[in-house]
Amino acid sequence: MRRRFFLGDRLLLLLSTTAALLVLLLIAGIFVVLVGHSRLAFQHLGLRFFVQHIWNPVTGEFGALPSLYGTLVTTLIALVLAVPLSLAVALLLAELAPPWLATPVSLAVELLAAIPSIIYGMWGLYVFAPYMAHHVEPWLQRTLGFLPLFQGPTHGIGFLTAGIILALMILPFMSAVMREVFQMVPAVVKEAGYGIGATTWEVTRGVILRYGIRGLLGAVFLGLGRALGETMAVTFVIGNEHRLSLSLFSPGTSITSTLANEFTEASEPVYLSALIELGLLLFLVSLVIQVLALLWLKRMERRMGAGP
Amino acid sequence: MRLKSHRRRLWIDRLVRLFAGFSAVVGIFFLLWILWTVVSRGAAALNLTFFLKGPAPPGVPGGGLGNAVLGTLILTLLATLFGVPLGLLAGIFLSEFGRHHPIGGALRFVVNVLMGVPSIIVGLFVWAWLVVPLGGFSGLAGAVALAVLMVPVVVRTTEDMLRLMPDTLRESVLALGAPRWRMVAILLRGARTGLLTGVLLAVARISGETAPLLFTALNSPYWPRSLLKPMANLTVTIYNYALSPYPNWQQLAWGASLLITLSVLALTLVSRIFLGGRKAP
Repeated sequence: MRRRFFLGDRLLLLLSTTAALLVLLLIAGIFVVLVGHSRLAFQHLGLRFFVQHIWNPVTGEFGALPSLYGTLVTTLIALVLAVPLSLAVALLLAELAPPWLATPVSLAVELLAAIPSIIYGMWGLYVFAPYMAHHVEPWLQRTLGFLPLFQGPTHGIGFLTAGIILALMILPFMSAVMREVFQMVPAVVKEAGYGIGATTWEVTRGVILRYGIRGLLGAVFLGLGRALGETMAVTFVIGNEHRLSLSLFSPGTSITSTLANEFTEASEPVYLSALIELGLLLFLVSLVIQVLALLWLKRMERRMGAGP
Repeated sequence: MRLKSHRRRLWIDRLVRLFAGFSAVVGIFFLLWILWTVVSRGAAALNLTFFLKGPAPPGVPGGGLGNAVLGTLILTLLATLFGVPLGLLAGIFLSEFGRHHPIGGALRFVVNVLMGVPSIIVGLFVWAWLVVPLGGFSGLAGAVALAVLMVPVVVRTTEDMLRLMPDTLRESVLALGAPRWRMVAILLRGARTGLLTGVLLAVARISGETAPLLFTALNSPYWPRSLLKPMANLTVTIYNYALSPYPNWQQLAWGASLLITLSVLALTLVSRIFLGGRKAP
């Protein structure tokens, strides 16, 4: 009888430890596999890979620059648009709105996060891009056309449309984390602010933002990580052209959309390997961002736990 | 601090409130716009043929996506079979054995990092790990890629839900002379609603995924026959059909979009109801 108990416990411990180690190995496994498969490209192209803007499978020249540029530009547009909006939504949900309003709004934001990437892509390609081409982009050109950012033909397919869709996709994630940060600020501190006659905005700026700045940065980094790795929505609307252009209206490509578009068609080993090297680059960048975000959020939590 | 007039301070405050309201309206507006687009364009395609027939050859009208519906169901089911036990066990380890163990701390961190690994990278990983050795794209590889995406969600909810069980329960089970595995079984039974929610959230997360399937399950115009062959699925079909020049294929892509959207939103809502007021991972 005793022995069977003992066996069951042993088995459970063994199984759950194995599962834990397997999950730990996953992240190392991803890294090793990506490095292994991108070695060929690195041998052929070396550091040229990172600075070259030609991407020509026929001549075997592969430069990551256009993809990198596209990823950075779309992510930057997404952050510029989504950070203020998600801060405001978080503020509304945590501080301003009464429960009868906060519940449906937070549900709507949660559903926005649940919509799959490919649906954003379909909507973006068939509905939003034409709208951008006929209304938003011509208007931007008329009012801000003196900037090089808003010049050139307006197709609706390009960096700007991709960036706006990314902004919509990361808004719910950032506002959810920011809302938690807002709620972590002790009520006493906020009440002290209101007590000396500060307005809601003054308390937000002077108390909550200062108290929670690390947590908010963590939230922004989480959104950044998501925007970098987003694939389908971007692939549908970015145009998939390997080119560098200052104009936000111009079509381009990003790391993820290059991968999605070309991977199954790549027949040459070097071509395939160059694509995997792109993947490795994306993996490393998003890993660093994710780790930074988690460390900041953790430190924030610890501080809040030790606070008043 | 510089003194400002009372009127000006109130005015700024009102402006900020207005902007907060505006932001929420922006979010809701785009949600409704997307939903309306998907419903209005997809509803006409969702009929009996859609579910019962396979696709017609290019340019020939008619046909359905029954094969892709079945394929997506198979992939999701298999991914759940692979991913949930692994996630559940790792979650049990975190909450019951490794709470203060260095492996526990590392695992918790890695799980959070895994949540943020782009899904297309997971696709690449499984491609190199399963597709290359097996010599071709396969439904099996697709299911494994989806399982990898499910694991972190399941681990986190399992740990959270088990942590909610009081320690006095653990102590009383052990005090009765029961072995630890009985204790874990009792804890799991107590936390079953929460655990089910975790699984639902994980299924919701993967059922709309496209990128990890591109390099693993690929797609197929045929009905699923073997796990070692490319397998039809809804999301990659949407991708292929949406960019095709045939109107009936585009129509089918909208139908598939509606189906996927409805299932994902339903799963999210159901898990939210299960979760009650508690926060989602």
